[in-house]
Amino acid sequence: MELFELTVHALQQKLASRQVSSEEIVKSIFARINKVDDKVKAFITLTEEDALNKAREVDNAGQYKGIAGIPLGLKDLFCTPGVNTTCGSKMLADFVPTYASTAFRRLEEQQGILAGKLNMDEFAMGSSTENSSFFATCNPWDLTRVPGGSSGGSAAAVSADEVPFSLGTDTGGSIRQPASFCGVVGMKPTYGRVSRWGVIAFASSLDQVGVISKDVYDNALIMKIIAGHDHLDSTSAALDVPDYTACLDGDIKGLRVAYPQEYFGSGVDAAIKDAIKKALLKYEELGAIVEEVSLPHSEYALPAYYLVAPAEASANLARFDGVRYGYRDNEAENMEAMFSQTRCQGFGDEVKRRIMLGTYALSSGYYDAYYLKALKVRRLIADDFTRVFKDFDIIVAPTTPTTAFKLGKQSGDPLTLYMNDILTVPVNMAGLPGMSIPCGFDQGMPIGMQIIGKAFDEATIYKAAYAYEQSTNFHTMKPALGVE
Amino acid sequence: MSKDYEVVIGLEVHAELKTQTKIFCSCSTAFGAEPNTQTCPICAGFPGVLPVLNKKVVDLAITTGLALNCEIPNICKFDRKNYFYPDSPKAYQISQFDMPICINGYLDIDVEGRRKRIGINRVHMEEDAGKLVHQGDITTTPFSLVDLNRCGIPLLEIVSEPDMRSAQEARAYMEKLRAMLLFAGVSDCKMQEGSLRCDANVSVRPIGQVEFGTRTEIKNLNSFRALERAIEYEAARHIEAIKGGETLVQETRTWDEEKQLTRSMRSKEEAHDYRYFPEPDLLPLKISQEWVNSIRAAFPEMPEQAQKRLVEEYGLPEYDAQILTLTPDSLAFFDQCLKQYPDAKTISNWMMGEFNRLLNQNNMEIGESKVTAAGLVQMLKSIDDGTISGKMAKMVLEEMFATGNCPEVIIREKGLVQISDEGTLLTLIDDIIKTNPKVVEDYKSGKEKAFGFFAGQIMKATQGQANPTLVNKLLKDRLNHIQ
Ligand SMILES: [Zn+2]
Repeated sequence: MELFELTVHALQQKLASRQVSSEEIVKSIFARINKVDDKVKAFITLTEEDALNKAREVDNAGQYKGIAGIPLGLKDLFCTPGVNTTCGSKMLADFVPTYASTAFRRLEEQQGILAGKLNMDEFAMGSSTENSSFFATCNPWDLTRVPGGSSGGSAAAVSADEVPFSLGTDTGGSIRQPASFCGVVGMKPTYGRVSRWGVIAFASSLDQVGVISKDVYDNALIMKIIAGHDHLDSTSAALDVPDYTACLDGDIKGLRVAYPQEYFGSGVDAAIKDAIKKALLKYEELGAIVEEVSLPHSEYALPAYYLVAPAEASANLARFDGVRYGYRDNEAENMEAMFSQTRCQGFGDEVKRRIMLGTYALSSGYYDAYYLKALKVRRLIADDFTRVFKDFDIIVAPTTPTTAFKLGKQSGDPLTLYMNDILTVPVNMAGLPGMSIPCGFDQGMPIGMQIIGKAFDEATIYKAAYAYEQSTNFHTMKPALGVE
Repeated sequence: MSKDYEVVIGLEVHAELKTQTKIFCSCSTAFGAEPNTQTCPICAGFPGVLPVLNKKVVDLAITTGLALNCEIPNICKFDRKNYFYPDSPKAYQISQFDMPICINGYLDIDVEGRRKRIGINRVHMEEDAGKLVHQGDITTTPFSLVDLNRCGIPLLEIVSEPDMRSAQEARAYMEKLRAMLLFAGVSDCKMQEGSLRCDANVSVRPIGQVEFGTRTEIKNLNSFRALERAIEYEAARHIEAIKGGETLVQETRTWDEEKQLTRSMRSKEEAHDYRYFPEPDLLPLKISQEWVNSIRAAFPEMPEQAQKRLVEEYGLPEYDAQILTLTPDSLAFFDQCLKQYPDAKTISNWMMGEFNRLLNQNNMEIGESKVTAAGLVQMLKSIDDGTISGKMAKMVLEEMFATGNCPEVIIREKGLVQISDEGTLLTLIDDIIKTNPKVVEDYKSGKEKAFGFFAGQIMKATQGQANPTLVNKLLKDRLNHIQ
């Protein structure tokens, strides 16, 4: 196997046993990127020179602790000092932060090496990465299809072996859906588990940082590094972070697994339902207890989400006014015009649509009917989960109703596109951890299985996911990309 | 004001809190720094940053709540108040909307010898905005500059109930509130620097009517006097409109200090829709009883307690006690003097009289003056031991005020020593009596003025340095012995 194909833990072993140098790994990664990224188009910015310098530094020091010397990619909304952080938007095309997001800083403290910044739907709004202001990313399994979104670049880059792992964010499914579409492992931890400091906000009460990786072990390994309290984020939880890799023993005897009937409705492709049912049989085979449950308020999650998220976004994105940084329309005749023209030209259609939705939902006279009611629905959704988790350890469901769709197919139809999030959004609304792992294929396109856990119980999700992964080989399959 | 109408006033006061750092970041709050030198990505509203609440702000808010007899609910939260303006980098202000930190308090004011209780609706925490600098008017300026130093400076908004019925009451409320905030150590309350700001809600209704009249909000009230004048102006304008059958509109008006009138800023229709919603970046704030108790335990003496002490322990009149407790600096000055000098009333007289006159003349606060308590006491002792006269003391105080020198030095340098030697004075007196026989006759025939003439001549001859008490005594003695 080539170096670029290896997992983080495989690379760790090779570095520790001095079989390879970090420089060799980084060079291998960039050779791969040069070979495939004009097809996949996962990266917005590459930091090859810095990465090589860092790799040599690590090699010279000769200490390979943690993820020292291992390359990584970041969704382009993680602030990186000195490196453009565009958020997929013309608005921030030239924005260079002076500060580092906490999640990235924790990886850098272990001498993880940034390979580049990954494409995304503008301001994380979308499910196909077609809303990027710059270009669309393609699905490595079929270049005519979308990689999902909004962390589409992060999932595609891992799937195409351009980086061993990446970070993304998930507000309504933005890690799990692209992970599912690209056949990789994506974890959105509990809200509050990973600091949001330095992550450009979409919807603050829903946004959560997570890991996209080639396998479950890598995911657990990276999550342990980035998770934990941060004094810069008041909403980050002051709870200890368990050693997630330590619980990966494959033993899930007696694990109580629920599958909610509402997640197997008519909107979900038969092939996907079949794949999940097979996975549930596998769980039974491995000694788990599997039962059907009901999450009756699930159907209200999507409409409530499309009130809460745009409402928060309308405030979060109000700061992009052309005054202090970012794009500015210099032709404007006065201050008011400068504001409106800057925002009109700097934002894409989907962003503007959501700002308008959110502004409307918060307007005086509508607040109670929309925003406040959505918060109440949110509570009911969370209560549904709490009830199920009294008797079960995890919930298993499909990640998406379909596999990856064709590029351009849904871009003119926001409502259809919003339906992509229907199985992932309830988890964000309840603030719970959720993961997507590969569990099959439909006509050559990957299918993802979603595993939902109790709040701050990522460990059980990892344990269950690992047991399944070890008894199957979907995670070892790689897209051909027409290069080998 | 017309006797048939009643004016109804409520005040919204913004007090800048005395913290070292801003409310949501660690930037300094010091006043007067170069533009944009006290900013960081957080208070400048950069992408991806998050607020972290400064605990000291909560301490001061609780302190204020206790001073104003408020309830402090065990949970409060922050909300976003959305509006576009270049002085607001996030385009929303983090404030508190429906769950403020303090509710349902009151403040007692004294107007014309009557005590009145003014309700406090709420006290909430929020962040200040930045400052725009432009040439002339904002609508015509070729450019605007933004200074974000003030962005994120912690503020308390203190909202009264509409319980005041005259401009005088409103002023008394403001003065009392300012004294409370100063004593509580919450704010330095400098109206000119903007660390204490006030908006007034004014309406007028016929006496006996229960419903409130149409309300206008007046902004830009930068002094107690402006507050008083603006309310008087606005009330008169309302009454005139009502009498003339005009319909008043609910609007925001600004006080024009130069022209001494209020002007319309924006009507209710133009009012912002702030689209408040809970701030998702900050968790609801829990305030435990222990937290409140610890602040209560360390509570400083408040003006009313101090007044009581001054009246009961030192026998000062109520009026003196009220004036001396207008600011903590003034009370501290008094207390310091009293440690070294036993006569409270004499200290009070000098502080409220001559010293206060000098302060007002120079538009200064007691804390800014060069006169120290030790200096004043030294001066008072010099009067008592006859070194200087009361009149000389005024000159000495003026000099102390101007130079900060101690009385001893001033007395020596100016040669202000009082002549208390009987022999010297008697020689002078005899001389003057001898050279003015006609005036002596006047005196004998009962003309009081004649005595004044002699005393004046002696003071003149001694360049004011003769001990006046002694001069009076000796002069009377001599004149009465003349046949
Ligand atoms: Zn700051």
